Amino acid sequence: MAEVEETLKRIQSQKGVQGILIVNAEGIPIKTTLDSSNTAQYAGLIHQLVMKARSTVREIDPQNDLTFLRIRSKKNEIMIAPDKDYFLIVIQNPSD
Amino acid sequence: MFTDEALDIVSVESQWRKSQQLAQESRGCQTRPVRTAEVEIQALLTSDNGTQTVPEDHLACQLPRDGELLPELSRLMDFLNRVEGMVIKELSTNAKSHAFDGFDVNWEDHNETVSCMHRLHHPSAQEKGLHVTSVSWSCTGSVIACAFGRVDDGDWSTEKSCVCSWNLDRRGLDPKRPDTVIDVTKPVMSLSFHPTVPSLIAGGLYSGEVVVWDTNRTQDPILAQTGLSADTHREPVYQVAWVPGSRRGEVWVLSAGSGGRVLLWTVDLDQGRLVLIAGYALVGKQVPHNSVVRKAGGSSSVGVTSLALSPWDSDTFLVGSEGGLVLKCSFSAQTLAAVSPDGESVSLRAPAQFSFSPRGGPIHSLHFSPFHRNLFVSVGTDGLAHLHSLLQADPLLSLQVSDSYVFGVRWSPTRPLLFAAATGQGLVQVFDLGRRSLRPAATLDQLTGGQPVYCLEFNPRRTDLLAVGNADGSVNIWHLSTELTEQGHRETAQLEQIANEVAE
Repeated sequence: MAEVEETLKRIQSQKGVQGILIVNAEGIPIKTTLDSSNTAQYAGLIHQLVMKARSTVREIDPQNDLTFLRIRSKKNEIMIAPDKDYFLIVIQNPSD
Repeated sequence: MFTDEALDIVSVESQWRKSQQLAQESRGCQTRPVRTAEVEIQALLTSDNGTQTVPEDHLACQLPRDGELLPELSRLMDFLNRVEGMVIKELSTNAKSHAFDGFDVNWEDHNETVSCMHRLHHPSAQEKGLHVTSVSWSCTGSVIACAFGRVDDGDWSTEKSCVCSWNLDRRGLDPKRPDTVIDVTKPVMSLSFHPTVPSLIAGGLYSGEVVVWDTNRTQDPILAQTGLSADTHREPVYQVAWVPGSRRGEVWVLSAGSGGRVLLWTVDLDQGRLVLIAGYALVGKQVPHNSVVRKAGGSSSVGVTSLALSPWDSDTFLVGSEGGLVLKCSFSAQTLAAVSPDGESVSLRAPAQFSFSPRGGPIHSLHFSPFHRNLFVSVGTDGLAHLHSLLQADPLLSLQVSDSYVFGVRWSPTRPLLFAAATGQGLVQVFDLGRRSLRPAATLDQLTGGQPVYCLEFNPRRTDLLAVGNADGSVNIWHLSTELTEQGHRETAQLEQIANEVAE
């Protein structure tokens, strides 16, 4: 577990990082640095979005697959690294 | 041969006895003195402390415990090792990137104009010449309710009045016909929608009563009321608000009036009553004076004309008085108020902690900035809007809003630097502190023929809507332009700067 925490700390120390979330394939949060209501919201919504994004990529070209998803918004940027079992979600305010 | 002879008495001592006596011995024995002592102790003061937190059941049930994770841990670690490098690389390049600098997305049509969408009124209230004393948006943002009462009349009034509401999302909205009309036997001075239940409205009456209505109950909309009990206000209630209660999900009603009382009620549904939980009384001599204008104290009460709750600190509230005082108060104050009890079921406390520099006339409205925990704005009969920091007595900024009275002020829920003020000349002046000129950024004429505007309220959900209540009995719903609703670049930082710079 300590190793996981170390990794999260390294990511958290990057400039402007506001929060980190690890979500499993069912969309259930495993690790979070956000408060409970935000965690639930991010986990649920982003999970749906990643599934949708992946199916879009694969439908356009079945040999292709989603590797990374970034969402730029007025207030921050959400980066999602997807995987078979987990998603890593990082929220960053790059102008901070 | 025989002769008398007297012989001496021969006494024979008893040998037996003597020997017995000789054999006697006397013995004595002494023990050391037994010391006894008695000690008693008693504590005069006892103290008992308890604390309880509401469990974060929400998260607790979602996040698996560390132990349960163990079998997955290696997979999780594999995953993290795989993605960490990429994520960190992206984060650092992103932080340095200027790719999106100055890029602004054009999602919506930029709305350049401010327009009056609806002009709502209730003909029978308008005929009687009633004023709109208070407006409130429901928590969903689709219903606007307004209270009818009288502001110009100092008499005890028994005039009939009403509370009306319109659902703006309803098709076929008729501005002349409210969706609900609740008849009230006394003028209504203040109104506030429940923070989560869209059908509940709390209202304060001219008579000092506080009522909670349920608009879903068509027959008898009164859900709970104080009645004319010893607990309630005896003078008009100028402000009602909902505040979070001690338990999660519980909300209490807070009311304040010109009698100088601030009272906290809980809704007792079984009895249909509002039950007093805590009461605060503001008395002249208990007001903290920090300036030279020390009034001749006395036990006269400080009439409350406005009240504001801090969105940041649930213990703090502000009170504006008829005499021009603005006081910072605390719900947790323990000092008893210097008033003789008058049959109240709770003992009244003196909440005032700090007094800001006093103004010339009644403070009609106060509002905390939703973007900065120390900033608030106050307006009153002197026509000025004062921007204050909680940390100092003197205002940070003073803006001339109007030559006439100013009755209401509200910060924009979306733009940290913007607030709107309702004037006695029938205008709503919108100020943008980012402009650095002290002139209004926009002026919204309420078309009241010069009659005052008494209240205004931004829609908490649809933040481009502003409701304005007027003396001619109308409620105008304004649609604000993008300029007045879209937060600009670095606006929060600018607000922070305003809050800090003048404190030096």
